[in-house]
Amino acid sequence: MATQLFYLLIFPGFLFLSAFGLFAEYADRKIYARMQNRIGPPWFQPLADFIKLLGKETIIPESADRRIFLLMPVFALTAAVTSFLYIPMWDTHALVSFNGDAIVVLYLLTIPTVTFFLGGWSSNSMYSTIGAVRSITQLFAYEVPLFMGILAPSLLAGTWSLSEISAFYNAHSWYWLVNLPGLAIALIAVQGKLEKVPFDIPEAETEIVGGTFTEYSGRLLALLRMALDVEMVVVASLLAAVFLPFGLGYAPITGFIIYLIKVFFIIFLMALVRTVLARLRIEQMVNFCWKYLAPAGLLQLVVCLFVKGVMLQ
Amino acid sequence: MSNVTIPVGPQHPALKEPASFKITINGERIERADVRLGYNHRGVEKACEERNYIQDIYLIERVCGICSHSHSTAFVLAVEEIAAIEVPKRAFYIRTIIAELERIHSHLLWLGVAGHEIGFDTLLMYSWRDREIVMDILNMLTGNRVNYGINTIGGVRRDITPKQAQEILCGIDKLEERTRYYIELATEEVTLINRLSGVGFLSHEDALHLGAIGPTGRGSAVDRDIRRDDPYLSYPELQFKIVTDDHCDVYGRTLVRVGELMESYGMIRQLLQNIPEGPISVKAPRKIPAGRAFSRYEAPRGEDVHYIQANGTDMPERVKLRAPTLANVQSVARMLENSYLADVPIVVASIDPCFSCTDRMISLRTDGPGEKLMSWPELHAFSLDWNRKNRGIDFTNLNKRLIEKKV
Repeated sequence: MATQLFYLLIFPGFLFLSAFGLFAEYADRKIYARMQNRIGPPWFQPLADFIKLLGKETIIPESADRRIFLLMPVFALTAAVTSFLYIPMWDTHALVSFNGDAIVVLYLLTIPTVTFFLGGWSSNSMYSTIGAVRSITQLFAYEVPLFMGILAPSLLAGTWSLSEISAFYNAHSWYWLVNLPGLAIALIAVQGKLEKVPFDIPEAETEIVGGTFTEYSGRLLALLRMALDVEMVVVASLLAAVFLPFGLGYAPITGFIIYLIKVFFIIFLMALVRTVLARLRIEQMVNFCWKYLAPAGLLQLVVCLFVKGVMLQ
Repeated sequence: MSNVTIPVGPQHPALKEPASFKITINGERIERADVRLGYNHRGVEKACEERNYIQDIYLIERVCGICSHSHSTAFVLAVEEIAAIEVPKRAFYIRTIIAELERIHSHLLWLGVAGHEIGFDTLLMYSWRDREIVMDILNMLTGNRVNYGINTIGGVRRDITPKQAQEILCGIDKLEERTRYYIELATEEVTLINRLSGVGFLSHEDALHLGAIGPTGRGSAVDRDIRRDDPYLSYPELQFKIVTDDHCDVYGRTLVRVGELMESYGMIRQLLQNIPEGPISVKAPRKIPAGRAFSRYEAPRGEDVHYIQANGTDMPERVKLRAPTLANVQSVARMLENSYLADVPIVVASIDPCFSCTDRMISLRTDGPGEKLMSWPELHAFSLDWNRKNRGIDFTNLNKRLIEKKV
């Protein structure tokens, strides 16, 4: 019981994940800044922002649906933290695992977007409403390519469990190379999930101020931002586990360092994507996802099926 | 979703100055756009009439933070015309050099703003970093990064030394290389082109009809430029071409601006090569004889128009100025028709607006629809009442009570 609680609350659960999330935000902002020829924030900046927001007054709009408005940030953070439990880090075993947890993780990662939609919608402001509609429109566009990108490796491995997927690729060392196009697809699609350029349409500040988060302030905003940070770490870990399943099974410390390198590599790639691209319009984004990203995802599925059916026999 | 009206402004992250755009949208598509100005009236014209000509130069220079040299030069040119002052040629050359450097810094600034409006912050950071080169040159020449204060009636206040000329050429070379990179970027980067082309369409006819000027008009193939059509300063002696584009959209305006950057570099090289020796100013009388003059000036954003009426004293009788934004703002409503909400910031930015420079007068209409007019005592009473009702704070006689508390 005590170890279970330790796992859940401290490592690798809530506390570790929050700290890791803040550090990942720092890394993301710093890499982004350096690539833009800026100095960037100091390492404690995300933590300082978080503490500052905690100390600020929380304003709830009069016309907002109070209950939903208050609950949504908590839901978003909870969903993001929970999904981390199923992702293997430096080993081929996650904290909890069962056949089908890959689907559960993807499902849990969808929840924050839905909470952003509900939170924005319930805050009953023009900007939030449009941001909310945009975030749900966007969800329908990037979710399918993302699923196809992430599920293709599991098809090849013949299992729906993330732990077993990494065990499979660990055993068959070079098969992960087949999935590299899937990594590219997933990397682009998660920009939409994490609401980053080019898919930061729901919170495009020059158009709709803060988008979904316009009316959020103080502790609630801190929670929402923490949820996004944690989501970023979870997504990066998920991509690392599925697409870069090598170097597993070392001693805990070495394994942990390898895991960190992988996660920061993914974060670096995400920062690179948002450095070199401009924000798209919502209809351009939907077009792009269905015209190019989804067919690419299908192609990845076909390749995986082919490899599994012909070469693995 | 049925029609909703979204306020963009008076305060909005996309706008650097107060202006109000009421956008009626259906889903993401814009049905109608109402533009309202008048949030930043500063009474510059009246203030000019109460100061003497020398003071006015510095006041007028502060009409706009970006095209400050444009306004002060237009003013000074008009005054010199009234007083029939023969300005030395070298002074004209120096004014022209500053004018073109100002154009460079304004266009680089615009490029960054445009990048930011479409969520391409990397472009913002890059172009503003490069803009520092031209800011440093201006700082070296005039002592200020903006509001240079180099003009005076009868000439300029600072000379350009050969060493400074060398440094300008050096900076220009660097900037030219960087601008080539931006041209390459604008013609090759897919997301950038997607966000700019076809957006904010203003046909050639509409541009003529609505009187669009400057890069906004030239982006719709309106071949007009005061530097060529009604030359002033040293422009008659320069070789340059007017950049126009027939894309008629934000992309066209972007190409015009980067094209003008390349032209400006060429002009500055010519100016520095041919700059004549001689004095930089002549003594001008304090009192300007009675008369009137009208001067036109091609500022980075379009045509500045100044009208000055002198009455023989040391203060002008009437000063009228029109900033280019006033001519261009009408076309924004047309550009916004049938475009997407996401394009509002970049379309508004595409005319390179400067709302604070534009506001010349406000007229309050008591007839017609709109919000009720309130006098000052009414507003005061309303505020006291609102705070008592909504916040439970009574501000009545606050000063008096504070004093009592102290005692």
